[in-house]
Amino acid sequence: MKICYYPGCTLKATAQNLEDAGLAALAVLGIAVEELPRWNCCGAVFSLATDDVLHQIAPTRILIRAQEAGAGQLVTLCAQCYNTLARANLLARTDAEKRETLNRFMTEEPDYRGEVEVVHYLQLLRDQLGWNGLAARVRRPLAGLKVAPYYGCTLLRPAEVNIDAGRAGGPPAILRDFLAALGATPVDFPLATECCSAYQVIGSPAASLARAQTVVAAAVAAGADALVLSCPLCDHNLGRQQLSFPATNGGPPRLPVLYFSQLLALALGIDAAGCGLDRNVPGTRALLAERNLVPVAV
Amino acid sequence: MIQTMKDTEAELIPVYVMGKRYLVPAALTIMKAIEYAGHQFIRGCGCRGGVCGACSTVYRKKGDYKIRSGLACQTVVEPDMHLAQIPFYPALRTPYDYAATEPTGSAIAQLYPELFRCVACNACTKICPMDVQVMDYIAFLKRGDLRAATAASFDCIQCGLCASRCLAEIPQYHIAQAARRLYGGKLAPPAAHLATMVSHVAAGRFGATLGELGGMTADQLRELYVARQMEPAMSDETWVPDAKVGLA
Amino acid sequence: MTVFLAIGALAAAAPRKVMELSGVNPGRCMQCGTCTSVCPMVEAMDVTVRQTMLLLQHGRAEELAAARTGAVCAACHNCEVRCPRGIEIPRLMEALRLLELRKNRDLVDPRAIPRERLAALPPIAMVAAFRELTA
Repeated sequence: MKICYYPGCTLKATAQNLEDAGLAALAVLGIAVEELPRWNCCGAVFSLATDDVLHQIAPTRILIRAQEAGAGQLVTLCAQCYNTLARANLLARTDAEKRETLNRFMTEEPDYRGEVEVVHYLQLLRDQLGWNGLAARVRRPLAGLKVAPYYGCTLLRPAEVNIDAGRAGGPPAILRDFLAALGATPVDFPLATECCSAYQVIGSPAASLARAQTVVAAAVAAGADALVLSCPLCDHNLGRQQLSFPATNGGPPRLPVLYFSQLLALALGIDAAGCGLDRNVPGTRALLAERNLVPVAV
Repeated sequence: MIQTMKDTEAELIPVYVMGKRYLVPAALTIMKAIEYAGHQFIRGCGCRGGVCGACSTVYRKKGDYKIRSGLACQTVVEPDMHLAQIPFYPALRTPYDYAATEPTGSAIAQLYPELFRCVACNACTKICPMDVQVMDYIAFLKRGDLRAATAASFDCIQCGLCASRCLAEIPQYHIAQAARRLYGGKLAPPAAHLATMVSHVAAGRFGATLGELGGMTADQLRELYVARQMEPAMSDETWVPDAKVGLA
Repeated sequence: MTVFLAIGALAAAAPRKVMELSGVNPGRCMQCGTCTSVCPMVEAMDVTVRQTMLLLQHGRAEELAAARTGAVCAACHNCEVRCPRGIEIPRLMEALRLLELRKNRDLVDPRAIPRERLAALPPIAMVAAFRELTA
C-alpha cells in the first residue's frame, strides 16, 4: 500500500537537513514515499482537554489528506509531528463523539474514521527493512563514532504511541539498534529519554538553556562524540542553544548534534548535499572529518 | 443618462439591514438595495466593481444557520437575506522597512509571530468572497514558502473578512500582502519587458505626448478620448495600434 | 512555597472545572513524589508537581491559580509514565493552563518575544508554545 510522507512546517524551513537526508536515504533504500500534495501544520502538540475539538482539526485534516491520497501509511521524520498525528489518529479511531463532531464540522472534507496508519521513519526502517537489511546497505560504516541516542519525549510517550513499545518497561532500543546497524557505537546516557524542555524555550527560556547544558553535559560525560536526535525542537534546544551557552572559562561542555537521518545518509554513502551538514552546529563537520566520515562533495 | 427602475415594474423582496426589514427590488445588488432602502454609504463602499474590498458583507439566508459572505457591489439580494456590513476590521498591521526586510519566512515570522497560532480551522477560507484558499496560504507562510503564498493569495482584495472570522486573531490579509511585496520585489525574477519600458519612459519617449495632453482643455480631452482607437473585440496578438509610440 | 493545610478529610471535590477539563481524578494520588523527581521543569516551578496534586486534592483553587506550575510544564509526559497510579498528570496540567487561557489571558505574549529570538527559533517552537500558552 502507498506510503505518504508528511514533512511538517519546520522541515521545510529550518530543519531542511532532517528532510533532505531522510528523503535521500529513502531513495537509496528503494522505499517509495509520496509527499502529501496539500498539507497544513499539524499543531505540534496534542490537545489534552476533554472538551477541545478545535485543536484536533489540524492533525485530523492531515490524516484526511493521506486518506484522499490513497495512503495506507503516513510517515513523518519529525518526532513531534509523529506524536500529534498518532494521537489524533487514535482519537479518530476510539472517540466516536469527537470523531463525529470533527466530521460534521469539516463539511469541506470527506469523513475520516482512522483508516490511515501513522508511523515514524524509524519504525519504517525497523519494520520494513529490518536492522540486518539496513546493515547490508551500509557503504560507509560509522566505525569508531560514539553516538548518544537521544529520544526525547514524543517518540516514546504516552505509552499508546510509543514506537518502541515491545520493550515491556525496559529502556528503549530502537535508536541503539539503528546506530549499531550503521556501524556506530551507541553510548547510553541517563538523560536519553528526558525532555529537552520543548516549547518552554519560549515560555521559560532560562530554564530551557539550563536544561540544554544538563543534557549535553550528561552525554559528554558518558563519552559520546555526538548526539543523535529526531525532532527539530530538540535539535534547536540541545543543538543551536549551545551557541548561547555561557562562554566564561571555556563554558559548559558542547557536543555536535545530528539528526538520525543525517547519520543514515552518511552511512549509505550519500554525498554532502544529501546530508545537509551546513545547518548543523559548528564542530559537526570537524568531528566527521576527524573520523574520515565527511561525505563526498557533489 | 441615469436610469431608474420604477417600483411598479420590479418585484419587491424583503431584506434585513441591521435587523430592520425593507422591501427592495429583487434584481438589485446588496449595495444598491441598501441605498434603495434609504441608507447612504460613506464607508464600506469603493470601486463598486468587485476589486477594492471595501464592501465586505456577511449575511444569512432564510432558515439557514450558515454565515455567508460576499461583496455588496457584486452580490444580488435574495428574499429574507439578513445583512451585516463589515466596512472595517481592526486587524493588526505591522509597519516595516521594506528595504531592510529579507524575503524569508523568518522575516514574516518576526513581523507576525501570531501567524503560528493558526489551528487550520478553515474559517478564513470559508468566508473569503474571492475563493482564496486562505488556510493554505497561511500554511505556506508558516513554512516560509513565500512563492506559494504569493500564488495562493493572488486574488485577495484585502476585504478583511478572513481576519474577522479568525479564532487565532491572525491578520491573514496583511501578512499575505507583506509576503507578496517581499516576494514580488526581491525574489521573483524581474520582468524584462518592464525594465525595457521603464527605460523608454526615463529616456523621455512619452514626454511630448504627456506635454500635449497636459496643455489640453477638458473638452479637447473628452473629444480625444471618444475618438481614440480601440483594440477590436476579436483581435489576436498580431494587432498593433496606428500610433506606435507605446510599443517596445 | 509553604502551604498550610488543615488535617482532616480531603475536600469534597478538587476544583470541579479541572476535573471536567482533564477527565482525571487527582484523588488517586498517593503523594509519593515520583512525578516531581522525574519532571524536567520542576526547578523552574514555584509549586512542585506533587504539591500541585495535593492542592488539587484539597480544592485549593486560589493557590493553584497563583502557582506557575501549569505554565512551566513542558508536557513531556514523564510524570504520567512513571506515576505508580498511572494518573494522567499532563491532562491536569493542561486543565490548569486552560483555566487561565480561557479567560482570554495569554501565558506568553507572542509580540513580546524579541525579533532576534524569533529569527532564530524554528516554527515548531512557536507553534507549540503559542498552542499551549496563548489564549
